[in-house]
Amino acid sequence: MDKIVNNKIKLEFMSIGENVALARITVAALVSQLEITLNDLEEIKVAVSEAVSNAIIHGYQNKPEGMVTLAAILKGHTLILEIEDNGVGISDIQKAMEPAYSTDPERTGLGFVFMQSFMDEVKVISQVDSGTKVILKKQISADIKNIAVS
Amino acid sequence: MSLILNSKKNTLIVRVGGDFDLVTANEFREKIDKSMEETVSQNLLLDLSKITFIDSSGLGVILGRYRKVKANQGEVIIYGAKPAVVKIFKVSGISSLMPICNTEKEAWELLEKKSVKGA
Repeated sequence: MDKIVNNKIKLEFMSIGENVALARITVAALVSQLEITLNDLEEIKVAVSEAVSNAIIHGYQNKPEGMVTLAAILKGHTLILEIEDNGVGISDIQKAMEPAYSTDPERTGLGFVFMQSFMDEVKVISQVDSGTKVILKKQISADIKNIAVS
Repeated sequence: MSLILNSKKNTLIVRVGGDFDLVTANEFREKIDKSMEETVSQNLLLDLSKITFIDSSGLGVILGRYRKVKANQGEVIIYGAKPAVVKIFKVSGISSLMPICNTEKEAWELLEKKSVKGA
C-alpha cells in the first residue's frame, strides 16, 4: 500500500566532520518511513552530505564551535531539507554553484553539482558575515520493485 | 572506513570499505600517500566494492591521488564499485579521467596494456 507520511525533524549539531554522517543517516531514517527506492535514498544521502560539508568547510571554515541546523520535512511524497549555518556567507552564490574544479587539489568543487543533480530544487539564501541556508526539495516516488530495505 | 593495503608489481592495491566522506577522506589521503612512498609504488588500484557511501569529499581525495600518481607517470584504476558509486563518478566527470573496471582481473589486464603502451 502506498504510504503517506507527514513528519518534521530538526537537528542542531556542532560543525565537525563526524556530524556529516550523523546528518545523512538521520535524514535517511526519516525518508525510510516512506516507500523509497534505494536510488532515491542514495541521492538524498549524497545531497545532505554535500550541504552539511559545505556548512562546515566553507560556512564555518572548519571551526567546530559553529552550529549547523538541519530541518527535514516530509509532506506526503515531498521531502524538504533546510541546512543552515551562521558562518561567513557566500558573496557570489551563482559563482559558488558553478561546476568548477576547486583550486584545492584535494577537493572537487562539485558539492552543488551533486545537490542539483540529485534533488529537484536547490535554493541558496546567503548573506556575507551572517550565514547560509540551503533549501533542497525532492519528490519521492515509490517503485515497488526497487524498494530500499532498511 | 577500512583500508586494506597490498603492494605488488610496482602497484599499490587498496581495498576501501565503509563510508567515504569528509572525515574518512583525510585518513585515506594520509595512509595512501605514506604507503605509495614506502612501497615505491607507481600505480594505484582501488577496490571500491566494499564502499557503502561516497560524496564529493571522497571523490576529491581520489582525484588528489590521481594527480599525484599521474605526475609520476603512473596509472589509477578503480574496480568493483557498486552502481550507486559508479553514478557518483559519472556525474562528477571523473570517470572520464580514470578507468572503472568491474573486477580486479580486468583492472590488472588494463594496467598491463597501459604499461605496454607507455613503455
